[in-house]
Amino acid sequence: MLDILVPDFRVIAPELILIVTAFVIIFWELITRTARHGMSIFLGAAGTLVALAVTASLAQKTISTFGDALVLDPFASFFKMIFLVGLLLTIAISTRYMVDEGTKDHSEYYGLLILAVVGMMVLATGRELITIFLGLELMSMSLYVLAGLFKTDVRSNEAALKYFVLGSFATCFMLFGMSYIYGIAGTTHLRQIGRAIAENPALLADKGLILGMFTLLVGFAFKISAVPFHQWTPDVYEGAPTSVTAFMSAGPKAAAFAAMIRVLMEALPLMKTDWELLFTVVAVLTMTVGNLVALAQESVKRMLAYSSIAHVGYILIAFVASVGGHADRALSAILFYLLAYTFMNTGAFAILIFLRREGISGEKLDDFAGLSRRSPIGALAMLIFLFSLAGIPPTAGFAAKLSVFYAAVQGGYYALVVIGVINSAVAAYYYLRVVVVMYMQEPATEGGYAGTSPLLWAGIALALAGTIVLGVLPGGVLEAARLSVISLL
Amino acid sequence: MGLQSFLFYYFAIVIIATAALTVSRRNPIHSVMFLVPCFIHTAGLFLLLGAEFLAAIQVLVYTGAIMVLYLFVVFLLDLPSFRIKKITHQQTPLAVLAGLVLVVQIIVLTVVAVFPRPAAEVKAPYFLGNTEAVGASLYTTFLFPFELASLVLLVAIFGAVVLARRERGEELP
Repeated sequence: MLDILVPDFRVIAPELILIVTAFVIIFWELITRTARHGMSIFLGAAGTLVALAVTASLAQKTISTFGDALVLDPFASFFKMIFLVGLLLTIAISTRYMVDEGTKDHSEYYGLLILAVVGMMVLATGRELITIFLGLELMSMSLYVLAGLFKTDVRSNEAALKYFVLGSFATCFMLFGMSYIYGIAGTTHLRQIGRAIAENPALLADKGLILGMFTLLVGFAFKISAVPFHQWTPDVYEGAPTSVTAFMSAGPKAAAFAAMIRVLMEALPLMKTDWELLFTVVAVLTMTVGNLVALAQESVKRMLAYSSIAHVGYILIAFVASVGGHADRALSAILFYLLAYTFMNTGAFAILIFLRREGISGEKLDDFAGLSRRSPIGALAMLIFLFSLAGIPPTAGFAAKLSVFYAAVQGGYYALVVIGVINSAVAAYYYLRVVVVMYMQEPATEGGYAGTSPLLWAGIALALAGTIVLGVLPGGVLEAARLSVISLL
Repeated sequence: MGLQSFLFYYFAIVIIATAALTVSRRNPIHSVMFLVPCFIHTAGLFLLLGAEFLAAIQVLVYTGAIMVLYLFVVFLLDLPSFRIKKITHQQTPLAVLAGLVLVVQIIVLTVVAVFPRPAAEVKAPYFLGNTEAVGASLYTTFLFPFELASLVLLVAIFGAVVLARRERGEELP
């Protein structure tokens, strides 16, 4: 007779709510046989808000269930909130865009967005390698389809295919690494792997364990698009529908970071010296390559893709710094950075969508010419998002970069901080170039912006509020982030 | 050499040979057909490890279902074999080099690595057969990942439908 323990469903309550929401959205259209865009948006936003409320109410709890395959701790809750905020912003900015582009797959679009968020949440809560792998696949599989949603657009086709082929390849590396770690530790549960290594320090010198960790990290590096595993990022981000790009650049990266931090902190903390060196090299490469190539871009969408690579580099500085003395500060800087990035980057993509008119994609730098005269508010919002991405006070981006660099200084990683600051200065050039074009150039063509809607404005307003509040009053959120990483240390 | 190791080397050699034939054949149908003995012999390896459930699944799912699917796809696509050859030709030296480096690394590291516990030991606590042990862990420890896998498959189905469905009057590039 088997003992089937009743799991604690509070751990996966937000996930269950989202799964039900996604199914209702998808099947509603099938049953009623009417393509009602508004219904999908309403259901999606409502489900997200309920899930957000449930996550917030459970934020202080630490519950482990399903035989320790899943754990709800403040760390997971913080990430869940980042994903849900990102989802809410994406739903708001998608509405007009999807209508403008004339796609008919509304319900599938929102359903897949929500299921991708379920996968991300599993990544943040998973404490077992197979669960983490399946969460990653759920997220990636949804994103592959979303990237190719515009079936009649060749670039969208290319983005989906490239993302799928390279993504599957990276997944193979990750599985390969997991199988080695399992073979050596004899378990897939992160805590037990950590214990097995601690009890038998001879394993640390084992080349197989190093191979396992290395290939596992290759998979994660692909998902966070760290150099040299970044080549897919610009093409996929440029080809995918803009709202999907906005979504992909924030949440899924944060989810991959969540899983990577948990795996390294809970299962492989004793291999610190190995991954410290690895990530130092990767952080420097990621920042530098991302920023230098971004300088040369004429397409704002592609520029933002390279800038997202550079931002991953800054976040990795904090990750390296977590090996030093003040791990709580360093890890909380990562959490704060990812939240700030969700607001400011989604906001910047929202302006791209706002610019989108008949025949003009809103992606080229020239499309921004004279925006300050035609839409002063839109230009001002873009100005604030770009300042934040460049790290100019008093915005969220400044507070995030400051906390990352501060953690690195405390840990004694001065060289990394110097490289990071130089990179920020380089990055300011290509962000401010857009500002110059918006405010100082004459518009190339006349015509109003047709692509606005109340929901799009609401999304921009929410992103603006987040960017400014996190910039002016970062203290509370930073402290909450610090408290939520303590359970990992 | 005992029967066990004789069988192991037999299975291993056939797997490597058929796998090499699969990737080197110019005719896609031949490639797919060489996968069949490759899969069946992999099932043999599982049997040697005492994993009879995995062996059965390997034959049923891979050799049965997935091979038929592959064949259908190859038939439907009607791939002109000469074109495949042309495309892969330019990349061959680089691909072979990169592959060789990786293979050497993996072989070296696997030889040096110490696997303290055989993975098959996992089934021991139940004192049941292999199939029961798999079922027991699927419905207890691994209940959540098991259910999650169904969700992943569902997304894959959604994705296939969304991407393959053609609206009226829609021209695909």
